[in-house]
Amino acid sequence: MRSPLHSSGDAFGNDRTPLKTIRHLGSARAGTEHFIQSRITGVANLVLIVVLAVVAICLSGRDYASAVALVGSPWVAVPLALAIISVAIHMKLGVQTVIEDYVHGAAGIVLMLATTFFSVAIAATALFAIVKIMLAVIAGGVETGA
Amino acid sequence: MASADTEVSRRPRPLSPHLSIYRPIVTMVMSIMHRATGIMNIAGLVLVVAYLLALAAGPESFEWVNGIYSSILGRIVLVAFTWSLIHHALGGIRHFIWDFGKMVGEARYDLAWATIVGSVLITTALWALVVVLENI
Repeated sequence: MRSPLHSSGDAFGNDRTPLKTIRHLGSARAGTEHFIQSRITGVANLVLIVVLAVVAICLSGRDYASAVALVGSPWVAVPLALAIISVAIHMKLGVQTVIEDYVHGAAGIVLMLATTFFSVAIAATALFAIVKIMLAVIAGGVETGA
Repeated sequence: MASADTEVSRRPRPLSPHLSIYRPIVTMVMSIMHRATGIMNIAGLVLVVAYLLALAAGPESFEWVNGIYSSILGRIVLVAFTWSLIHHALGGIRHFIWDFGKMVGEARYDLAWATIVGSVLITTALWALVVVLENI
């Protein structure tokens, strides 16, 4: 007599998890990529944050024109843009985990929606600023305001 | 029969012990702090994006934001953000080590202590560097 606990096994008494179950990644069909994306963006953040720490220290005490020149240079603007994208995705995934742990029902759905919108909005705003600073440097006409 | 069902459902469900029951241990505290610093980093990101927007907008707004960030209160917030960011980064490295199945034995306590001690040391070193560079 087979125990109900082993009802996933086939007619030959094979109790290993069927391949189709693994391929579909469980009943939600999702979740594994959340874990993996958290790790990928986490590694990216580690590398980019070292670059940005150096930039942040260099920015300390700079006047406007030289701050624009530094942030607008490709060597800073590109890693900065990458960091913004990676951080925004990492933030969305992390906050999602916290919401799923503590907030349930309709409030959780609303908070998750707000989190997703905020993540995209903050990234778009930062990228707009970076592109504008880059274009100012490329055009060569950094407004000094003097 | 229906009333008996209601009676059962009204009875509070048994709960497993939660945070207030356990004696705090360093791995547990670091786990909580990893979440807390993750949330704090959102505020830090807003500060970074505000700086970038000000830089993009022009000299007046840049001077304004720079003035706020250079004030005593601004500096305290930035030091807190630096620590939060580094603590979360070190916590992330800790999780990567655990993902590979390393240091999950007794070493997990040393690893958790390294997170808090390392974050304080690195934050202090970075800001000491900033202060030194500003005063050369």
